[in-house]
Amino acid sequence: MIFRPNPSLGVPIYLQLMEQVKHAIETGALRPGDQLPGIRPLAEELVINPNTVAKAYRELEHDGVIELRHGAGAFVSGQAARSKKTADSVRTAQPIVAAAIQRLRERGLTDEEIRRLFEAELAGLTKAGGRGV
Amino acid sequence: MSESLAIETVDLRKRFDATDALRGLNLRVPQGSIFGFLGRNGAGKTTTIKILLGMTRPTAGQARVLGLPADDATASVTIRTRTGFVDENKNLYDYMTVEEIIRFTAAFYSGWRHDLEKRYLRSFALPLHQKTNALSLGMRSKLSLLLALCRGVELLVLDEPTSGLDPAASEEVLQAIVTHVSTEQLTVFFSTHHLADVDQIAEHIAIIDAGRTIVSGALDDLRGQYRRVQLVFNGEAPDITFHAPGVIRVRRQGRVLTALSNAGGDALIEEAMRFGPVSADVLPVTLKEIFLESVAVED
Repeated sequence: MIFRPNPSLGVPIYLQLMEQVKHAIETGALRPGDQLPGIRPLAEELVINPNTVAKAYRELEHDGVIELRHGAGAFVSGQAARSKKTADSVRTAQPIVAAAIQRLRERGLTDEEIRRLFEAELAGLTKAGGRGV
Repeated sequence: MSESLAIETVDLRKRFDATDALRGLNLRVPQGSIFGFLGRNGAGKTTTIKILLGMTRPTAGQARVLGLPADDATASVTIRTRTGFVDENKNLYDYMTVEEIIRFTAAFYSGWRHDLEKRYLRSFALPLHQKTNALSLGMRSKLSLLLALCRGVELLVLDEPTSGLDPAASEEVLQAIVTHVSTEQLTVFFSTHHLADVDQIAEHIAIIDAGRTIVSGALDDLRGQYRRVQLVFNGEAPDITFHAPGVIRVRRQGRVLTALSNAGGDALIEEAMRFGPVSADVLPVTLKEIFLESVAVED
């Protein structure tokens, strides 16, 4: 299973699930028309509340990422699918990130420190006078 | 309003001799939710459950379960027929085998769900012919849960359902609860001090301490509102008096100032910027941190 939310992270589980679905689409693990697991089986497999899965699916539908077909389940929507070019560039970027993380780990940084560095950098916090979030 | 609540208590109080077990407890448990009832040992969780199920009467305040007054003797009988309860000790009749206790219990309930009985017997892999006193705690927990689930109740009250279980057995119990709510219409109210269980399956929570509700609400809302802001300064961290809403606690240690807020971190950072921190981080707050900070404030 490609989805693996971490309940004790402090981030709502439905948001984690949404991110993971989007990531699976960006990397091409999920393609337009692919069916997502049903709400019940996914809740049982991940041992999380079925309403949490339902909420994630509803929000993803609202964002146009998936389509909920009544009685048939959830499918990756055609319109939301990133172009192949985008999917490719995300895929080719992965080894770069992996290599950077590997080098930081070799320098003795913990994953938590690495995550914060990434987030601070993305938030522009390190720019002069910059502020996060 | 209150008909959509499976459980509601208003300013519930209970005094035993010289001690106040409950000192104004307010609970709102939405119907159809999985509700995590959190508190340290002795916080008043079991007393609350006893009042809800009519096993003891409140000294003051109100408790309504499935819309009925819990301290009314006639209403309480109705409440108990519509509610399944598994106590912390998982007490079972020792001399019966698994099969005998299932048949014995089923005989009391006309709405006994034989389909669910089959389902949970299979998924829990319970040894039918073994005496219940020879079962492990994990097996006893699962059997107790099965007996409550098969009654086809509207409300399930579980007192510490995973206490004493190893991680695998505990996961099985949680999975059974999740499976059950995805196919049946019911409310699950469970007390625990295992925060991980609550993180995993609860939608709504209440944290109680010393007989009072300290924090309550939808878990996702709480996760969205609580933020820890960490500010690092060049010299000693200034003694800032924050006016931003929701600031719960501020700690200064050398060059670092940490502030906990239950109204996001933006306003806090905005305010702190005037003091020129060299870095500012907004971090999510875990349920464990919310719990520890909340119960600590009361001490």
